[in-house]
Amino acid sequence: MEKFEKLHGIAAPMPLVNIDTDMIIPKVFLKSIQRTGFGANLFDEMRFNRDGTEIPDFVLNKPQYRNAEILIVGDNFGCGSSREHAPWAIADFGIKCIVSTSFADIFFNNSFKNGILPIVLPQEQVDILMKDAEKGENARMTVDLEAQEITTSDGEVIPFDVDPFKKHCLLNGLDDIGLTMEKAASIDAFEAKAKIERPWA
Amino acid sequence: MSPKTLYDKIWDAHVAHEAEDGTCLLYIDRHLVHEVTSPQAFEGLRMAGRKVRAPEKTIAVPDHNVPTTAGREDPSQMTEESRIQVEALDKNAKEFGVHYYPVSDVRQGIVHIVGPEQGWTLPGMTVVCGDSHTATHGAFGALAHGIGTSEVEHVLATQTLIQKKSKNMKVEITGKLKPGVTAKDITLAVIGKTGTAGGTGYVIEYCGEAIRDLSMEGRMTVCNMAIEGGARAGLIAPDETTFEYVKGRPHSPKGAAFEQALEYWKTLYTDEGAHFDKVVTIAAEDIEPVVTWGTSPEDVLPITGVVPNPEDFTGGKIEAARRSIEYMGLTPGQKLNEIEIDTVFIGSCTNGRIEDMRAVAEVVKGKKIKDGIRAMIVPGSGLVRAQAEEEGLADIFKDAGFEWRLAGCSMCLAMNPDQLSENERCASTSNRNFEGRQGYKGRTHLVSPAMAAAAALTGKLTDVRELI
Repeated sequence: MEKFEKLHGIAAPMPLVNIDTDMIIPKVFLKSIQRTGFGANLFDEMRFNRDGTEIPDFVLNKPQYRNAEILIVGDNFGCGSSREHAPWAIADFGIKCIVSTSFADIFFNNSFKNGILPIVLPQEQVDILMKDAEKGENARMTVDLEAQEITTSDGEVIPFDVDPFKKHCLLNGLDDIGLTMEKAASIDAFEAKAKIERPWA
Repeated sequence: MSPKTLYDKIWDAHVAHEAEDGTCLLYIDRHLVHEVTSPQAFEGLRMAGRKVRAPEKTIAVPDHNVPTTAGREDPSQMTEESRIQVEALDKNAKEFGVHYYPVSDVRQGIVHIVGPEQGWTLPGMTVVCGDSHTATHGAFGALAHGIGTSEVEHVLATQTLIQKKSKNMKVEITGKLKPGVTAKDITLAVIGKTGTAGGTGYVIEYCGEAIRDLSMEGRMTVCNMAIEGGARAGLIAPDETTFEYVKGRPHSPKGAAFEQALEYWKTLYTDEGAHFDKVVTIAAEDIEPVVTWGTSPEDVLPITGVVPNPEDFTGGKIEAARRSIEYMGLTPGQKLNEIEIDTVFIGSCTNGRIEDMRAVAEVVKGKKIKDGIRAMIVPGSGLVRAQAEEEGLADIFKDAGFEWRLAGCSMCLAMNPDQLSENERCASTSNRNFEGRQGYKGRTHLVSPAMAAAAALTGKLTDVRELI
């Protein structure tokens, strides 16, 4: 996984609540057996007409947001399916950070595994960032994971919380499986004990 | 020792390693795998030269893509891409040596129906799958939840998941359900009350008399939709109903081993005085047969209600409701029981079990579906299908005018050819009414099997209590 570097980029506003995984990547695009290439169909049904032409009103089709790297979104983003194709599509499009008042649990976990930083903030602060994002491409925000701070285009600094372990993995681009395998002895010991206590499992 | 919740007990029994910051390695007893979310995970193992740590605890079955029409063993029934996914699962299951139920096996079906049916899912276990409806298995008092593909690879390689403990939430359904009200109505009513983010950060334990009164099938329906309420998992403490269901299944313990397991399973309940971070209580008699009117599972109302006005909501939900009502082609104030439908879909991991088939048969027996309605019943597994045929239910369905299909996920998520067309309106026993979920611009109303059956007879959303 790529390291999460300090990010200075365009933020796109998507205030709609409950944006679900079927909106992020409709199931017709889940048929690939690769992890890449999903960005072309990110938000497909909101972004494109059936004939493949763009819907001009959709935020990521507007000239000022086409290169957005940050999304400021409504409550409960990523609800629905466990499909990791959702964060794959988001990452493939070039989005590296998403800010909301809340995320669905599985989507939240999946994001970290793909170098995307989901940030949870109270409503008032999401509102400030949403307004800032609405200014368009000249309003670039800075997301500093190391310092746990977002700086708006006006220089307002908004601190955020992040799980220390997940932060460590993102900053260093670490592979979870490799880290867990270092604890193989603990897993072996657990299995040996479980075999006696719960042999049916 | 301080009193523990059921979730606390299962969690504590599965922590293989705990770091100083509380990050745990949770040991996984059963890993279910299907064709859509696993190919990249197996490929990851292959590239890293890793093997599956516990193939004997890993069960694979194709379900999302598979056609549900006769002659489906013929690969030309699938699109090229679907065929590649199913073939990849075939190949991966063989290469990595995991248990496998191919399409040609009568035991094949939706992974969350196959697991319990075959006795893979047992009380007190941890169960994961790359599918959010893994919550279904919580009905057995197993801690079960969906994971992404990176986590699928992690579990394949290490048989553990990196987790932090969730909070405890209790959902109590007191008293008795009224006639015509089912497990599906309970689970939708709960989401209607808590919202789709109400459970975020929690594991829900469902309890109360109305839950105890449910069969295992009904309990699976309730837990299945815990994810729709945002919860990591839903749980129901195991009891005699559970033990009776589990006993004698192909992979459940036998003889003395069963007795030993039973002794342990009987310790799996929430201790008196254990702490819940959030409690929701609903009186069963207040639950009516419900339908969804919008494009979020929280958009729930009794069938006797009307389409709401977006202005009745607050915050971001006003715009979301406006968008939903427009998408659904409805008008605020319109009576729900006057909404005409085109299609009925009965099936899915929410409602594709034998009890669901019986509920439908009870409503449609000796009757005909309304002219022009497309109605399909897709059993959740080959064994559910066989049993429904043995009980004479399949004949009732066919006589009434339903299509009687082979097992799979089918129109619940419409990855196979079973899809809605633009603006086609469906009464569906599935779990999600998202935009485009059952087909591009398709319109989904979530209902119980009995309500879906009623809608098939009248051609509109209907209060099943008027027909029974």
